[in-house]
Amino acid sequence: MNKKTRSLIQRMTLTPYSIWAALFIVVPLIFVAYYAFTDNSFRFTFDNITRFFTATSQIDDGESVREVRTYLVIFMRSLKLAVISTFICLLMGYPLAYIMARAKARTQSILLTLIMIPMWMNFLIRTYAWMTILQDTGILNSFLSALHLGRIHIIGTESAVVIGMVYDYFPYMVLPIYSVMAKLDVRLLEAASDLGCPAVSVLRRVIWPLSLPGVLSGVTMVLIPSISTFYISQKLGNGKFFLIGDAIEGQYVANNLHFAAAIAFILMVILLACMALVQKLANRKIIVA
Amino acid sequence: MKRASKIYTALIMIFLFAPIAILLVFSFNRAKSLSVFSGFSLYWYRELFRDSETLKAVRNTLILAVSASLISTVMGTAAAVGINKLRSKFMRTALDSVTNIPMINPDIITGISLMLMFVFVGRLFGAATSLSFWTMLIAHITFCLPYVILQVLPKLQQMDKALPEAAMDLGCTPLRAFFKAELPEIMPGVVTGLIMAFTLSLDDFVISYFTAGNGFQTRIYNMTKKTVTPKMYALATIIFFVILTLLLISNFSDSDDASPRRREKTTRRDKKP
Repeated sequence: MNKKTRSLIQRMTLTPYSIWAALFIVVPLIFVAYYAFTDNSFRFTFDNITRFFTATSQIDDGESVREVRTYLVIFMRSLKLAVISTFICLLMGYPLAYIMARAKARTQSILLTLIMIPMWMNFLIRTYAWMTILQDTGILNSFLSALHLGRIHIIGTESAVVIGMVYDYFPYMVLPIYSVMAKLDVRLLEAASDLGCPAVSVLRRVIWPLSLPGVLSGVTMVLIPSISTFYISQKLGNGKFFLIGDAIEGQYVANNLHFAAAIAFILMVILLACMALVQKLANRKIIVA
Repeated sequence: MKRASKIYTALIMIFLFAPIAILLVFSFNRAKSLSVFSGFSLYWYRELFRDSETLKAVRNTLILAVSASLISTVMGTAAAVGINKLRSKFMRTALDSVTNIPMINPDIITGISLMLMFVFVGRLFGAATSLSFWTMLIAHITFCLPYVILQVLPKLQQMDKALPEAAMDLGCTPLRAFFKAELPEIMPGVVTGLIMAFTLSLDDFVISYFTAGNGFQTRIYNMTKKTVTPKMYALATIIFFVILTLLLISNFSDSDDASPRRREKTTRRDKKP
């Protein structure tokens, strides 16, 4: 291919996307920063950012009234629930991905389809169905009391929110781990056990390190949506506690765009910093056991 | 599979399908309750088909998903071809990073950022509300594009670089060489990208919530804010069976392709001069 055709093809194929990406990916992010650092009449200010770190509210826990930093508390809560959900997804998903990768080709494709079907159902209805299950008078409790196991109160608690998050983002954990494991060379595992490596060590020293890229992308793909969700917490948490996503949405509904932008900006910076750190650790293979 | 694996897989499947089973069952409930089943009826299906607003919202969703996935597939495939041919390392890194942004960023930030821009630009032109079907379409194309590129690019890298050059040496124009030699090679990636884009667009709620006029997602959101009737479950049940049918059809046609008889036929045909 001569140079002229190459550059012509390049221009024809890349130009539309480059313009699109600049206009609708890069510029909007600049707008987030712009709104975050301006007030209602678009004058420069730090107020929105400082408000995030300093705004306080009172919590009445029955015994005493405490003063807390509103948004920092919300952020830590989001982080906590997201980390727990991600961990549960990993714990549930890793064995499943392994089982799938070792199964017959036909079984693999069936299981893959089954895992993806819930993703095709509407996210809102999916979450709402969990509300029906977890309610005090819901199906889970009818089931438990039929078995004489007593009732549990779960709706409106953090556990309910975690269940919702795990359910909604579970496929995002399984699929990347599975795709790495499916490519894993079986002969490596056979070699390890032939050489006298016990099953647990095969898992720890061969399978786990080799599947790590899948695990990392699975963890990111679950952690990020669950830290920023806002519907699940409203429905399954009975709106009793806010997550960072609820805070952003609340400010948007109140037409407080500048503060919404500020929260989004801070969330974005924190997430980017975390991701850069994880990437760095992954590159240095510190995480590898 | 070993027995333990089977049990484990079954338990996970129960977890994944319990909510779906429940909405399937309760869509046929006679009463309005979503927790007590009082008898079989098709009442909520009739209600659903009488609700012209919801039906219109469903139609809009499908129009949006089809157009967003088609546009992002065409643009994304072209972009992947361009990125694959890039020689400048700087440009490559820059484009890769920008492409990664919508995948790394939480949906809520993508939604908010686009909304802020649309509102700002709308105000510049003095429009009272700038959010519409078109802003939603732009948003959907934007978040689908990276996934298409990510599916197509590896296929291009696996492809024999000599293939399009051979086609051109044999007298194809670059465009013809692309359609005749390159495209068939990367087709699996393009199709996967299209399906992914369609799914993402259909399932998206957060980004639509911030950039939408009268979308389906926000409509369900509004409905679940008040009380949810089994009508929504009826809709979900219909969606479920449509998806199931589509998946079964695509699965069967896949196994058809792989059947030895068909394969034999194609090889024979290929051997003909």
